[in-house]
Amino acid sequence: MKKIVILGAGTAGTMMANHLSRKINHKSWQIIIIDEHQTHYYQPGFLFIPFGTYSKKNVIKKKSKFIPKKVEYISEKIELIEPKKNSIKLQKGNSIEYNVLIVATGCKIVPDEIEGLADENIWHKDAFDFYTIEGALALQKKFENFKGGKLVVHIAEMPIKCPVAPLEFAFLADSFFTKKGIRNDIELTYVTPLSGAFTKQNCSTVLGYLLNEKGIKLVPDFNIEKVDSNAKRIISYDEKEIDFDCLVTIPTNMGDDLIENSDMGDELNFIPTEKHTLQSKNNENIFVIGDATDLPSSKAGSVAHFQAEVLTHNVMNFIRNKPLKPDFDGHANCFIESGFGKAFLIDFNYDVEPVEGKFPFPIIGPMSLLKESRLNHFGKLAFRHIYWNVLLRGLPMPGIPTQMKTWGKKL
Amino acid sequence: MAVKMYSGKEIEVNDEGYFLEPDKWSGEIATEIATEIGIVLTEEHIKVIDFLRNDFKSKGSLPTMRRIKKVGGIQTKDLYRLFPEGPLKKACKIAGLAKPASCI
Repeated sequence: MKKIVILGAGTAGTMMANHLSRKINHKSWQIIIIDEHQTHYYQPGFLFIPFGTYSKKNVIKKKSKFIPKKVEYISEKIELIEPKKNSIKLQKGNSIEYNVLIVATGCKIVPDEIEGLADENIWHKDAFDFYTIEGALALQKKFENFKGGKLVVHIAEMPIKCPVAPLEFAFLADSFFTKKGIRNDIELTYVTPLSGAFTKQNCSTVLGYLLNEKGIKLVPDFNIEKVDSNAKRIISYDEKEIDFDCLVTIPTNMGDDLIENSDMGDELNFIPTEKHTLQSKNNENIFVIGDATDLPSSKAGSVAHFQAEVLTHNVMNFIRNKPLKPDFDGHANCFIESGFGKAFLIDFNYDVEPVEGKFPFPIIGPMSLLKESRLNHFGKLAFRHIYWNVLLRGLPMPGIPTQMKTWGKKL
Repeated sequence: MAVKMYSGKEIEVNDEGYFLEPDKWSGEIATEIATEIGIVLTEEHIKVIDFLRNDFKSKGSLPTMRRIKKVGGIQTKDLYRLFPEGPLKKACKIAGLAKPASCI
């Protein structure tokens, strides 16, 4: 029996298990998925936890619920990938050999990368992340009793998972504290290593304008060196200082330690990957998907969804000795919460920046691109159900093609 | 797009003065660009510029400050000392490379 082994049962890995299970000939191929963790988190929901919109139970389900019956699910820590032996070593010492390997081990925040940030006297006390369930819940508690002061939303370095999330966080915080009636007592600052509010120029202009309109101060080009945990201050390499009462930071994002231990990653433990086929650059029978890649596409669930469709096709071609298709175009599709029950929607790829228009259908939409609307906000909330019931199960999204379409857009 | 004269050679640059033809770069040109933006090149500067050019050649993309630190062994603090206010942008300009875009 030949084997396809998937490492990681997060968004991308689970989608691949579902896609491949439907396509593969189960008489000659066995699919195995390995992940030490039991709980699947709906990560886009973390954004809403600090503001009390979602609780923990809204964002968790059992991973095993989403793995197809014909796929073997091993819940054990992976010790090492050995590409030369086509083998995976598990923590308990046993090994699994593979014919095709799909790495979907994702990325995570690493607060330790910034001096002082992980200090016991501030971490999850005055300095928080909202990219983990623990961070989001700790922040919810903090916000319940927050009476005012300097609230700093901060990005350490790029790339990060879901690059729009920190902006959304700032907008939602503005909305949240306005409704609480204490917005005037809060100095809200957005600190980024980028030269503007966002990575994409078009968006940066629109979103930068919105920051200004909401009275959120933008500090660009801030490259953090350290946190002074006693003075509650962030300090940049060029010695700029920003004081905070509450810091909400996106620490450095890195690929899994497994990638570093297996000597397969770059300086951030991301795996060098061919940007259109998703084949790893160093091993032809290893494919990489989702946040684990070093691709210049966004690290987001929508991207993993579009990648999964291309990768399924390419894995099938690979095992049939057919050429791979260079079909992944960097397509991303994201809702951006802008506060007060409204949201933006953006759609872009490697080459085309987010523009105005209608989505998913030209003229009729119904959703507007790069414009604030109530409907986009409802779209974002409805997405949680789509995620669990459609996306993870590897089912197609009606009206949303894998490759980005330019129809209906003002290019 | 514009054309600039460096060391008697015509070189295509973008609106912000970044090279569109990295192959036409030379050490002499680097000194001229550095002078333009108020930097006197030293051995330390040249070490950074060499790393940027070599890394770009082998990887096809511009390195981040983290990569310059981890792979090139040059501390970020030193980058800010050598190329104050936007070290990566300035170093790339002097190295005849494109303007560093932020990753997504």
